[in-house]
Amino acid sequence: MSPRVGESVRRPDGLLKVHGHFPYSSDLHEEGMLWGATVRSPHPHARILSIDAAEARAMQGVHAVLTHEDVPGQMLHGLEIHDQPVLAFEHVRYWGEAVALVAADHPEQARRAAEKVRVEYQVLVPITEAEKALAPDAPRLHPGGNVTRHVKIRHGDPNARADVVVTGEYEIGMQDQAPLGPESGLAIPDGEGGVDLYIATQWLHIDQEQLASVLGLPAEKVRLTMAGIGGAFGAREDLSMQAHACLLALKTGRPVKISYSRPESFVGHVHRHPGRLTYEHGADRDGKLAYVRARILLDGGAYASSSTAVIANASCFAVGPYECSNATIDGIVVYTNNPPCGAMRGFGSVQNCYAHEAQMDKLAAALSMDPVDLRIRNAMKTGSRMITGQVIEGPAPVAELLQRVRAMPVPSIPSPHRGEGQGEGRRQVDLTSLPGGVSNTTHGEGVKRGIGFAVGFKNIGYSEGFNDYSTARVRLSVVDGNPRVEVHTAGAEVGQGLVTVQAQIAGTELGVNDVVVLNADTHVGSAGSSSASRQTYITGGAVKSASEAVCKRVLDLARSELHTERELRVENDAVRGTDGKEVVSLATLLGDAVIEETREFHPRRTHPLDPETGQSDAHMQYAFAAHRAVVDVDTELGLVKVIELATAQDVGKAINPIAVEGQLEGGAAQGLGLAVMEEIQLKDGVIRNASFTDYLLPTILDMPPVRKDILELGDPHSPYGLKGVGEPPTISSGPAIVAAIRAATGRPVTRVPVRPHDLTL
Amino acid sequence: MNIRCTVNGEAREARDVWAGESLLYVLRERFGLYGSKNACEQGECGSCSVYLDGALVCSCLVLGGQANGREVVTIEGLHGDKVQQAFVEAGAVQCGFCTPGLIVATHDLLRRVPHPTDAQIREALSGNICRCTGYAKIIDAVHMAAR
Repeated sequence: MSPRVGESVRRPDGLLKVHGHFPYSSDLHEEGMLWGATVRSPHPHARILSIDAAEARAMQGVHAVLTHEDVPGQMLHGLEIHDQPVLAFEHVRYWGEAVALVAADHPEQARRAAEKVRVEYQVLVPITEAEKALAPDAPRLHPGGNVTRHVKIRHGDPNARADVVVTGEYEIGMQDQAPLGPESGLAIPDGEGGVDLYIATQWLHIDQEQLASVLGLPAEKVRLTMAGIGGAFGAREDLSMQAHACLLALKTGRPVKISYSRPESFVGHVHRHPGRLTYEHGADRDGKLAYVRARILLDGGAYASSSTAVIANASCFAVGPYECSNATIDGIVVYTNNPPCGAMRGFGSVQNCYAHEAQMDKLAAALSMDPVDLRIRNAMKTGSRMITGQVIEGPAPVAELLQRVRAMPVPSIPSPHRGEGQGEGRRQVDLTSLPGGVSNTTHGEGVKRGIGFAVGFKNIGYSEGFNDYSTARVRLSVVDGNPRVEVHTAGAEVGQGLVTVQAQIAGTELGVNDVVVLNADTHVGSAGSSSASRQTYITGGAVKSASEAVCKRVLDLARSELHTERELRVENDAVRGTDGKEVVSLATLLGDAVIEETREFHPRRTHPLDPETGQSDAHMQYAFAAHRAVVDVDTELGLVKVIELATAQDVGKAINPIAVEGQLEGGAAQGLGLAVMEEIQLKDGVIRNASFTDYLLPTILDMPPVRKDILELGDPHSPYGLKGVGEPPTISSGPAIVAAIRAATGRPVTRVPVRPHDLTL
Repeated sequence: MNIRCTVNGEAREARDVWAGESLLYVLRERFGLYGSKNACEQGECGSCSVYLDGALVCSCLVLGGQANGREVVTIEGLHGDKVQQAFVEAGAVQCGFCTPGLIVATHDLLRRVPHPTDAQIREALSGNICRCTGYAKIIDAVHMAAR
């Protein structure tokens, strides 16, 4: 039977992946291929005085050394603002910025030659704190100044008063997406001045647009084909090595592969914005929110990337999924000399969720209310108004999600856990279930349990009037006597299961059992990015629309061939009557004919934020999730063990339920990471932990079971009623963990990731 | 230098290898066996896990030269193993970059412990980082393969 929407369908690329045969971008190989290496700045801020590549060029095996002088087209690129050099010229603005390139026969030759490129710098004082970038006397890092964007939201009465007021300041560390596949790709010159790039990216067409500009070529001379993607999470939105490989390939006339090492990957992509968030919440004695005032300051690092959109999200969702008539929000993102920050799963809604949820707990304490009751008291629902003035259409089950996670059973406390075990009993302690784990730091002494709740939301799809769309080509033909559907889009399969969903949608709409999803490339129109939890909605919508168009032509053909006006449908490889009986097989009906349709899918339009008030219908769809966390804290050592996460999320319609579960579990793991483990540690603009030894990622020992309650409430505006799924799990999971840590320790805990000394000193 | 070893039961030879090349590099770039993955190249993530003379190792931490005269089994050599099917069935594969290493590590666990508990699974796979799944479906897959 055809793959169907709503069924748990196995991934079509699953067998290749488990056999080790799936071709990731770092696995590519071509005869005569060279390896590229990148010369990077050892300073976070400096003036480039000179670059001497003579020695590197003369080294054995080296075929080319390139600098900014070798960039034939535009020197600058960027997702929203073209401010980032392909190769640095005049200045370097962050530690690890690309300055020059080498191509050599062997990767070690390339690395060694890169070390011999002599760059003379005049070191400048770096700006490494966002607040300092705002100082009137701060050096201007870019011509327009250091403020990348200031979003103002002015909603209701700016002077509103309240019975109870709580304030807080919260700090968020810099998180890395840490996709396991390194930035990598293979550029092959076509011998006619053009280039083919095989690349792991979240959005082929925006890469193509930027590459054509940088290479000074028309778009049709820069063709991109998707290579296997080893995770993305936002890290593959910006250009990393794409332009570099193309430049080297065009210069040498040889295929060039670049594959970053893990340390290089840490400077090769943008990170989640660190931030400082200052909040004031006012409520009446019944717990109804009277106002929220907030200042959200995000450090965008050296280049803009998607900072302008991230700060819009951080501002629009600053209050959380609550009704609040009066809100004054200032969201500011600045340039500094820290590593550039941009997209990461949750995209601005993660940072603010830590703050608004901590504030809600504080408010509950001040009011002597149950924290979940306080949230429910203020919960958004269908018809509620955002602080941007937009009315929430479609399901907004905030209260229900909270009630559901609260009602789930709480894990029992294992008996040896309280430090009461002696002698034999002690040896039976499962260390892996305790804070500190097999480091054997406690058998339960000093361990306290806490439970915390959080709820969050964000936009699905692009916002603020951005032309969001995707393109799908669907082709029906007969192959070896059987009908086959081929689906072709440029949508990036980053691991989330877009290939599966496309096959399910085409299978559902066309009733054909053999559905093949072709590899993504730029020979079909743009799909937009695998970002903003949007692909199932937007590219899924395009596949649905193209499939419907093909189906209509099949049925028209059948009616014409059979001289009938009766109602027909396609199911199980045949045209059938309404009674399900076969009228004609697709193989017979089609013969040698091919039916192909290409469609663009455009969701509802959105509108820019008013620059002075932030009032606008800026977003297309909202997705909500709630989490409950149960943690154990060794209060003597400040070590945390997350015992369980529970979540409830409205997904509208689970197109592929097993994949939806995977998103809820995996997204929660990344939330846990930021809450208690993951931080890019910077000192004077230099990353001190650019490796998986020093940047701590959750392992299977750190990640607890996730109890899940998946609601399918159906959005009337979207294909099949679906909602974007990928990001909400990463938003409120971490804040729930931090709330649980507060409950266990009684400490304020205003910074993530939570460090041992935050809980002990 | 030259390296001669047995890989997945076949005699292989790599000539003119730079002495600094890891076994991972030799497997991938010299023998074209790209199934073992290059995620951290520091022994932290387990994506490059292979058997060396029957012992589970991170091939990124073994020099190519150390494999000389020895027997290597990679993910490609486990083709058709029940662990592989279980990972697909359980939904334990998303981007899949960690998957080959996890499958080799799970294969090793099930050789030693045919019916592991959750705690045994967690301990055995704690050297394999997965960034996509949150591990729940990986635990499901191991139980499925152990049935």
